[in-house]
Amino acid sequence: MPNRTPLYDVHVALGAKMVDFAGWEMPIHYGSQIEEHHAVRRDAGMFDVSHMGVVDLHGARVRDVLRYLLANDVARLREPGKALYTCMLNESGGVIDDLIVYYMGDTWYRIVMNAATRGRDLAWFRRHGDSFGVAIEERDDLAMLAVQGPNARAKVHAVLGEQAGDAKTLGRFAAVDAGQDMFIARTGYTGEDGYEIMLPADDVEDLWHRLHAGAVTPCGLGARDTLRLEAGLALYGQDMDEDVSPLEAALDWTVAFEPADRDFVGRAALETQRAAGPSRELVGLVLEDQGVLRAHQRVLIDDGEGEITSGSFSPTLGRAIALARVPAGTGGRCRVEVRGRLLAARVVKPPFVRNGRAVIAL
Amino acid sequence: MSNVPANLKYAKSHEWVRAESDGSVTVGITEHAQDLLGDMVYVELPDVGRTLTAGKECAVVESVKAASDVYAPIAGEVLAVNDAVTAGPDLVNKDPYGEGWLFRLKPADVAELDKLLDAAGYERVVADESH
Repeated sequence: MPNRTPLYDVHVALGAKMVDFAGWEMPIHYGSQIEEHHAVRRDAGMFDVSHMGVVDLHGARVRDVLRYLLANDVARLREPGKALYTCMLNESGGVIDDLIVYYMGDTWYRIVMNAATRGRDLAWFRRHGDSFGVAIEERDDLAMLAVQGPNARAKVHAVLGEQAGDAKTLGRFAAVDAGQDMFIARTGYTGEDGYEIMLPADDVEDLWHRLHAGAVTPCGLGARDTLRLEAGLALYGQDMDEDVSPLEAALDWTVAFEPADRDFVGRAALETQRAAGPSRELVGLVLEDQGVLRAHQRVLIDDGEGEITSGSFSPTLGRAIALARVPAGTGGRCRVEVRGRLLAARVVKPPFVRNGRAVIAL
Repeated sequence: MSNVPANLKYAKSHEWVRAESDGSVTVGITEHAQDLLGDMVYVELPDVGRTLTAGKECAVVESVKAASDVYAPIAGEVLAVNDAVTAGPDLVNKDPYGEGWLFRLKPADVAELDKLLDAAGYERVVADESH
């Protein structure tokens, strides 16, 4: 029996095509993935992301534990509601999961994790946190909506009225307690401005209907994937996993090597890799020939070879784009084996699209 | 149940075939097939003049989600291809039995049409798939 979010019946009533995603029955689209994609780039769309794991960690030493378990440094978070994107690594520097961490208070952090890795993440937290007295509270009582797009914040403000008060002045990557157990974060996974809203599961259907009435377009996981790909955002399990380090996944910026005396799991392995220079890197590809790039296609560069980790058609650019792991130092042009033929592609630095606009030359 | 016009013939691999008055046949993919694939973003059609073998792949339709081969429902020579779907693949979604046709064939043997499924037969194929 697959898991279902509190909005399952709403999705079905809207005519969504439901698919299995990491053991969850989720909407892939409600009719047209491309229309939903454009709605987010041009106006406002909403996604049910209640399948993601929300976990609160409590304890006097929770900060010390997270500084040891996460490659980014939660000590950078000083104001309640501030958020940080980070990888959690194994001893060899491979990525166990990528997470968003919110600082709620000195003894309380909130973590949002991928649905597929939740069990493993929790086991890791228990293994390292138990002896430090860290209490793990799984917030299955919460649902989560992502409302994204250039008009997303204004539409949320209009729908929430007074309850949106403090959200209006939120900076990026910060969150606020909006009362009635609603937590509004200015974060997302689309390359557009917007919110991720956590709220009691019992309240989410009402908010969904109010946003829908407020001209926010329901969007499925299909559009979420093409949006994040255009934004150059890595997807766990595809673009990185336990055999890939953040340095090989274009996630160097999420690793806090300073302060140098902070030990964290995977640090030694990353330092060795950094000193030698990683042999592989994650780059963007734009297909110059006609066709569509897909995960696992072979990439041929001069004397080397790589592989596409995520690929699709970019609705915003009207071209096929991809993320690919290739030998370090790759640039210029390459060829991709697409259905038995070698097609021409160009190596670019992601993102492909930011705030509705192409940020690479076509 | 999706739209399965009674005046067409069908292959199990989700192509439809329409016999035209001039003896040629028009081929496309069914509404059910386009619905399974989702928004089309790329279509690759055979060259005009090419001779197709029944049951062999001869074209590709790709949606945002996946690539799918199109199989020649009967043998024949390609008389024409629909350039409009190459330029605008979403025609396959919007009008799979009309503007979204893929190619026209001169059948090698008109009797092959009789081996294809009728609408009721194809509906059973679709029903079996969803179980």
